[in-house]
Amino acid sequence: MIAEGLIALLGAGVLLVAALAIPWLKFVLTIALAKGIAVLGILLLLRAGQVSFGHAMFLATGAYTVAFLAPAMPEALLLIPLGGLFAGLLGLLVGLFVVRYRDIFFGMLNLAISMVLYSLLEKLYHLTKGTDGIRVARATFAGFDLPRETQEWLMFAIALGLAALFGTLVAAYLRSPMGRALAGIKTRETRLEFLGVSARRVLLFAYVASAVMGGIAGTLVALTTRHVTPLLGYWTSSGELVFIAILGGAGSAVGAFLGAVAFELVRVYAAASVADAWQMILGGVLLLVILFAPGGLWGILAGRLKVRA
Amino acid sequence: MAGWLQDNGLLLGLAVLDGLAYAALVFMVAVGLNLVFGVLRIVNVAHGSLFAIGAYTAASLGLFFASQGLPPLAGYFALVLAAALVGALLGPLIERFLLRRIYGHEEVLQLLVTFALFMILEDVQKLVWGVQPVSQDLPMTYLGTIDVPFGDDEIPFTKYQLFVLPGIAVATLVGLALFLRRTLAGRMIVAVTADKEAATAMGIDATRIMLLTFTAGAALAALGGALASPTTSLVPGVGAQTIVLSFAVVATAGLGQIEGAALTSLMMGLGRSVAVYFAPEFEVVVPYLIMVAVLLVRPQGLFGVLETRRV
Repeated sequence: MIAEGLIALLGAGVLLVAALAIPWLKFVLTIALAKGIAVLGILLLLRAGQVSFGHAMFLATGAYTVAFLAPAMPEALLLIPLGGLFAGLLGLLVGLFVVRYRDIFFGMLNLAISMVLYSLLEKLYHLTKGTDGIRVARATFAGFDLPRETQEWLMFAIALGLAALFGTLVAAYLRSPMGRALAGIKTRETRLEFLGVSARRVLLFAYVASAVMGGIAGTLVALTTRHVTPLLGYWTSSGELVFIAILGGAGSAVGAFLGAVAFELVRVYAAASVADAWQMILGGVLLLVILFAPGGLWGILAGRLKVRA
Repeated sequence: MAGWLQDNGLLLGLAVLDGLAYAALVFMVAVGLNLVFGVLRIVNVAHGSLFAIGAYTAASLGLFFASQGLPPLAGYFALVLAAALVGALLGPLIERFLLRRIYGHEEVLQLLVTFALFMILEDVQKLVWGVQPVSQDLPMTYLGTIDVPFGDDEIPFTKYQLFVLPGIAVATLVGLALFLRRTLAGRMIVAVTADKEAATAMGIDATRIMLLTFTAGAALAALGGALASPTTSLVPGVGAQTIVLSFAVVATAGLGQIEGAALTSLMMGLGRSVAVYFAPEFEVVVPYLIMVAVLLVRPQGLFGVLETRRV
């Protein structure tokens, strides 16, 4: 537990040094941290044994919230929580419906609903400019219009701070009775209900929390890349989030960020060296991890350090 | 209502004929996915990639045959050959070396293994066929068109889409239903679907049945792709589109239901093509809305069977 916190701190230090040493890495790492926050949400659902192949819809909701509101209200410190709020509301609406289903049906319903959102983003051209996407207006921070370089650093710092915040919250949540009940849904739901615990409510809470984190991640992505497209919400993006969760190791909050950083770095390097085969390389990595290191990167690391996650 | 039908009846008729061809293609993919799920208990995310590879292979073979000066009829042979090749080569390869390692694993991991396979196969397509559109429409143009009378007008439809596609889909449905109910191999597949352990105890080689089923499913997906190839030009991403739609069909029909998949494909195909004519922005959304609506009322799918809860 304490060791996990120490490793997280150490990891944050490494990221900071890396961003200082290699300037362009700062951008990649900010995106990785943002995705890591979204993956924390996937982690909650995985704890209940449920896998959502549609969570990119919340990421897209956060991102489009920023894109739509930024021209009227370019304040990043308001846009970020607003993105989380809207994604949370969508999460509540969708969640009320999907928590009644389990396993394959849960996964497919999420997929279907995310495809509805994706198609609307793509087709309602007069609102969303379709696949061209929307260029995000320049944002201010607490009223200050900062120069580009400072803004990039600030986004990195915000992402790191939010990652730490949500990482801690999720770790605490998973140890709480609500978190234990999530694990109960996975092992044997009926027994949970015999204890008088509503499995649906437990799952709904986790689902809304995961939606909020997805939305926050989306706002960070939008503010960093300054361009949003419907592709953010395509089902393959949702698959990527689940991919990262397994790559990092589904047992730990630190694993989410470990996985996200590894994923983004492999993606950047693979895309730079073999443009048409980066997916193949990522897919190969995923297969190797699943078949030979089921605990993910965090499992390997924790095994080495003899830490209990 | 009557007045509306008077004004829009023509469009509706067009939509129905379009929808039939589309539903036929959707069915070919969804039925394979469903068959594989029934026996292997794995939802194969890479099923759409097999569709895409089948389509590309068919187009390449067709172009090759044409360049050799073979008669246009060879184009139809190319479609079937492509499906057989993809099924017989990739099917056993994937089942034997990948899926067989993960039977009985957590569902999440199974989904992700096939997702990884999907990512790999997407790039295989790009490396082999490039990112430029590939098209070979000879099998469609060769049959020509037929004028379908609509009121005072006549609208030309391609015979390929009007007869060949629905015809093959119906033949597949009937053939598969007969195969599963009347032949020994088919009944063994049904037995493994119902209860793998009991089937094994009866002396059925479940491992072989699983290999056989996956190969058949892969061939069906590739045949779907091959049949679709003359009607469109192939671009990267077609596999990703196909798989989500067939997921929707399978979930709506109920897992493991063959006839249900046919009816659902028809519903979704017609729904989508009606939307194309009346509300084009929502064309892609319609199948998913149908799915959500069905699952709201029947959580196990239209034809699915409820499983008893375990304590």
